[in-house]
Amino acid sequence: MIRLYDYELSGNCYKLRLLLHWLDVAYERVPVNFHPGREHRSRAFLQDINPLGQLPVLDDGEFRLRDAQACLVYLASQYDHAGHWYPDDARTRGTITMWLATADDLTRSIAAARQHYSFGLDADLARCEALAHATLRLLDDALADTQAASGQWLAATPRPSIADIACFPYAALAPEARIDLRRFPAVQAWIHDLRHWPGFIAMPGIFDPKL
Amino acid sequence: MPFSTQDPNVRQDWLTIGSARALAGHAPERPWRTQLLGNTVRAWRDSNGEAIAKADGRQLPLLERYGYLWVWTGDGPQHPLFALPEFDEHGRRIVDCGGIGVATSGLRVIENFLDMGHFPYVHTGTLGKLPHTEVAPYRVEIDPQTDEIWALDCHFFQPRASASAADGIDAQYRYRVMQPFTAALYKSCPNRADAQDVIGLFVQPLDDEHVIAHVLLVYFEDRLSDAEMIAFQHMIFGQDKPILESHRPRRLPLQGPLESHMRCDFASTTYRRWMRARGMTFGVHTD
Repeated sequence: MIRLYDYELSGNCYKLRLLLHWLDVAYERVPVNFHPGREHRSRAFLQDINPLGQLPVLDDGEFRLRDAQACLVYLASQYDHAGHWYPDDARTRGTITMWLATADDLTRSIAAARQHYSFGLDADLARCEALAHATLRLLDDALADTQAASGQWLAATPRPSIADIACFPYAALAPEARIDLRRFPAVQAWIHDLRHWPGFIAMPGIFDPKL
Repeated sequence: MPFSTQDPNVRQDWLTIGSARALAGHAPERPWRTQLLGNTVRAWRDSNGEAIAKADGRQLPLLERYGYLWVWTGDGPQHPLFALPEFDEHGRRIVDCGGIGVATSGLRVIENFLDMGHFPYVHTGTLGKLPHTEVAPYRVEIDPQTDEIWALDCHFFQPRASASAADGIDAQYRYRVMQPFTAALYKSCPNRADAQDVIGLFVQPLDDEHVIAHVLLVYFEDRLSDAEMIAFQHMIFGQDKPILESHRPRRLPLQGPLESHMRCDFASTTYRRWMRARGMTFGVHTD
């Protein structure tokens, strides 16, 4: 069975839980004491699980993968037989990969500031805030164009793709990084749409719309 | 920088500055830094292993207890820290879940902790489940010896009361407020019918509107890993956090039309009345 090295409050781990749930793939969670234990920076974790000291890490049998975005590509390629989440089309895949890189900018900015406020970790808050605003502006402009053309999703797909899953958690968690989303109305509409996609599951900080 | 309040409820009492674990590797020239009542506190271990904390160049009286550091910022005579005898009880497992920052008054954090009514809506599937919304009548007492608030005979249907719970149970609860910023919950232990697990909530007030909420588990539990137990508590606290941060004003009002006739709010109204009687001003909203 797939094993996910997981931390409950990590947006990057949640991406994989969300896609695995939507793909209806069974998996086992291996909780890591990220906070306060900083187990992901322990010698054992660095040696045996991920030399970068990051979560998530995915084991599928003997195949191990780190990096949330890489795991999304793998899971969609391996288990989404309908090809909805990572459509086999050159331009779509190019566009999706572009947004997967943007997801890393959200991690560097919103996730870093959120870790500062929640866990007391050091962060250059001015830099985080500037990068968060620039990245949310990029998302908001792209989504506004898509929404003007009656679309909803980042890679102009008819259903959400892994581009949406990759960027969604830290955009939705921006308030925990003390970033006001009201300046990004297209992002807010897109967060609403993904939360209402059938089968959506929540994480702490991102509400289940059914409640 | 001076402390931002003179309120004796916080200045003449022990306040936590966090887990004793935080001092590892810190020395006078490389102190660990944190914030308390609007002031910077620096702390480290001296060559004898004693924890030292200083603010404004002055050494603060300090206790190391329950795995946490407690400082006294005022000048008055010190009284003992609250008792938590379960911490030293044989067979108990101590798991420090660490602190999580919350942008609200610590009084709101404690009040939310005392509220069973939100379980089915906020902690759906774990601490509560619709349509089981009823909070059964319970008793609230103030201990005349210690001036602590106790909510007794509480029970609530919980589909998954803890990380190790397999089935839904009617969880038995007792709540205890030891200080304005510290509380404890005693709840049914899934592994021992004759005992209760204890969850300590130690709130470190950074200022009137920002806190670090530290959670300590004092459990009878030998099957789960620390990471599994912490994951459950962080899930629960992570669900409360955005709701706590959405309240306005961030400071808790104590005056006004607060007396609820809803019995489920009995613990909360007692907590507010208890703070009014103490003349609490820190973290309190005034018009």
